[in-house]
Amino acid sequence: MPPLRNSSQIAPPSDALQLLAQYQRLVLIREFEQEAERQYKAARIGGYCHLSSGQEACTVGAVDAMAACDLLVTGYRCHGFALAKGTPAALVMAELFGRRDGCARGRGGSMHLLDVERGFLGGWGIVGGQLPIAAGLALGLVRQGSSSAVLCELGDGAVNTGAWHEALNLAALWHLPIVYLIINNEYGMGTKVERASSQPELYRRAAAFGMHGERVDGNDLLAVQSACERLLTRAREERSPAVLEALTYRFRGHSVADPGISYRSEEEIEEHLRRHDPILAFEQDLLSKGVEPQQLQAARESAARSVAEAVSFAERSPAPELSSLAEGVYASGSDVQFARMRLGSPFGEQELVFDAGLGR
Amino acid sequence: MSAAQLDREQAEANLTYREALRLALREEMARDQRVFLLGEEVGLFEGAYKVSAGLLAEFGPDRVRDTPISEAGFTGAGIGAAMLGQRPVVEIMTINFLLIAMDQVINHAAKIRAMFGGQVGCPLVIRTPNGAGNQLTAQHSQCFEGWFAGTPGLKVVAPASPADAKGLLKAAIRDEDPVLVVENLSIYKERGEVPLDPDFLVPIGRAAVAREGSDVSIVAHSFATVRALAVADRLADRRDISAEVVDLRSLRPLDVQTVADSVSKTNRAVCVEEGWPSYGVTAEIAARIQHACFDDLDAPVERVGIAEVPLPYAKNLELAAVPSEDRIEAAVLHTLGLS
Ligand SMILES: Cc1ncc(C[n+]2csc(CCOP(=O)(O)OP(=O)(O)O)c2C)c(N)n1
Ligand SMILES: [Mg+2]
Repeated sequence: MPPLRNSSQIAPPSDALQLLAQYQRLVLIREFEQEAERQYKAARIGGYCHLSSGQEACTVGAVDAMAACDLLVTGYRCHGFALAKGTPAALVMAELFGRRDGCARGRGGSMHLLDVERGFLGGWGIVGGQLPIAAGLALGLVRQGSSSAVLCELGDGAVNTGAWHEALNLAALWHLPIVYLIINNEYGMGTKVERASSQPELYRRAAAFGMHGERVDGNDLLAVQSACERLLTRAREERSPAVLEALTYRFRGHSVADPGISYRSEEEIEEHLRRHDPILAFEQDLLSKGVEPQQLQAARESAARSVAEAVSFAERSPAPELSSLAEGVYASGSDVQFARMRLGSPFGEQELVFDAGLGR
Repeated sequence: MSAAQLDREQAEANLTYREALRLALREEMARDQRVFLLGEEVGLFEGAYKVSAGLLAEFGPDRVRDTPISEAGFTGAGIGAAMLGQRPVVEIMTINFLLIAMDQVINHAAKIRAMFGGQVGCPLVIRTPNGAGNQLTAQHSQCFEGWFAGTPGLKVVAPASPADAKGLLKAAIRDEDPVLVVENLSIYKERGEVPLDPDFLVPIGRAAVAREGSDVSIVAHSFATVRALAVADRLADRRDISAEVVDLRSLRPLDVQTVADSVSKTNRAVCVEEGWPSYGVTAEIAARIQHACFDDLDAPVERVGIAEVPLPYAKNLELAAVPSEDRIEAAVLHTLGLS
């Protein structure tokens, strides 16, 4: 493509517009995570809060490789995935605030976002726990006669769980339409990949199951998107599962509570911030494709506005009703089954759980 | 005994629960070369909750082993090493993740001595914190010690004070059988006087009367004991009620005797736990009390636990679910006929 950078007259080509839309979500995620950290430190967000700053490109790239009816499951570092999928920032922030309008209705918090409508079936908190479940979703799709596929995110640490081995074997054995996306951000908490994995080239582990595996630069959005697209297409059309390992870096600590500097050097972090920031790389790409700096600026401002609005929405959203404590624990209609368990129940259970309509 | 020796043996320090555990690990590692630690983030990261801080620097990577996220794998490895007489201390980051190793613990560690006719033992220690109350949500807010305490072949202790944390962890490490040491996220920062004597042990299988009283017995373990003590203070200050607090400390073996002695004196019992009460520790205690103290009881045994729902994230819902001081107090008043 000829250098269009300096010709402000010429409108950017349509692919540039699409790229701009992706840029919009990259900066939204970055901005959102920075705000989440501030809100956590101001004690308006509780629990564990894992940020995905630095991982935006592989998040958006992978999500944009999905077809509309594909399904997504992730681990607990899931803010970016929900936002990339298009879940409104307001609903995500409200969830982090534990409010009624949150995308999990205030029940899940940071680790357990979801958006059923958009095919996002959950952030999961037990490392590796989502891997067999994702295989089961793929199995469900096959049994329903659907031609969709599943994208399952996991961290580099999760490949050492038993669940990984069991899930991948099932996926290969049953020819399930699934892509396991390893976000290799170099660390599982304070443990560098090489200190945890006897085979640190994680994509190679797919071979043990006769499965295709490959590696991609996770800071290159378009590279991730195209690899993921190819593998998802293969999964849908040929029913062959695959592993895609995206190499990236976690800018912040493991969670907001971890300063993230006791097991890695400040120089290392600095180096990544300066030289491997996926957003800066994408900006360069956009500029070279004729997008104007003002358009980038406008995207950043719009992201900042969305996040500010998300905070004020979350602030206004009410806390869940205390009387709703037992809501949603069982399918409605189960109250009949529980009615005879009231008698002699532990102190407080009658009011807290039974009167609150357990199973109603 | 020399004066210096006497001094040393009587010396105490004001330590947090976390520091007391660390001191126990250090002392036992220094005393016995067979003791080594393994678990996620125990070394370089110094423990997810910093219990093992400084130990990697002091004892080196052979004795403070960072593991991958492979709970079944490294717990099983601990079991195997223990079968040879090594003294592994496995840290499971929180009790929620112990479920992944549950098969190794219950189907394997707990069975070894009996299944092989008493010819091989398994002196393994597993340390792990339980507990809700920090908005950690459904998958990270649980208390499963009752499941393990219901398993013959295992021992389970659950200290509530820094001194007991030190003494019970040391006793567990010196024990010949697999012992689960249940810690608690909210107690790590609690302070108390801790004996510095390196031979200070708290015997496994002995409850303690943490506070004497005459009107009602509150029976608890782990963080529920901390809450119970606060409630007992409140009841004394505001209502002139004298509550006795029995801290179980050990769940298997269970010191029914101390509980029965207390209830025989007060004639009323409220059992409290941080976990779900159905099929839980309080269910066991209530059953034992009604059998051992049938003639002494002036009121039905009350139980207080966390609300029987998967723990929600929202702060207000979580606060309503936990066995708060208010709920324990209400149960005590109820058992005294005062509500
Ligand atoms: C089975 C299990 N063990 C331990 C933990 C505690 N834990 C939470 S995140 C984490 C590290 C995971 O690292 P990785 O898979 O690389 O994901 P990342 O945090 O880098 O996104 C650990 C050990 C857990 N949640 N589940
Ligand atoms: Mg990682």
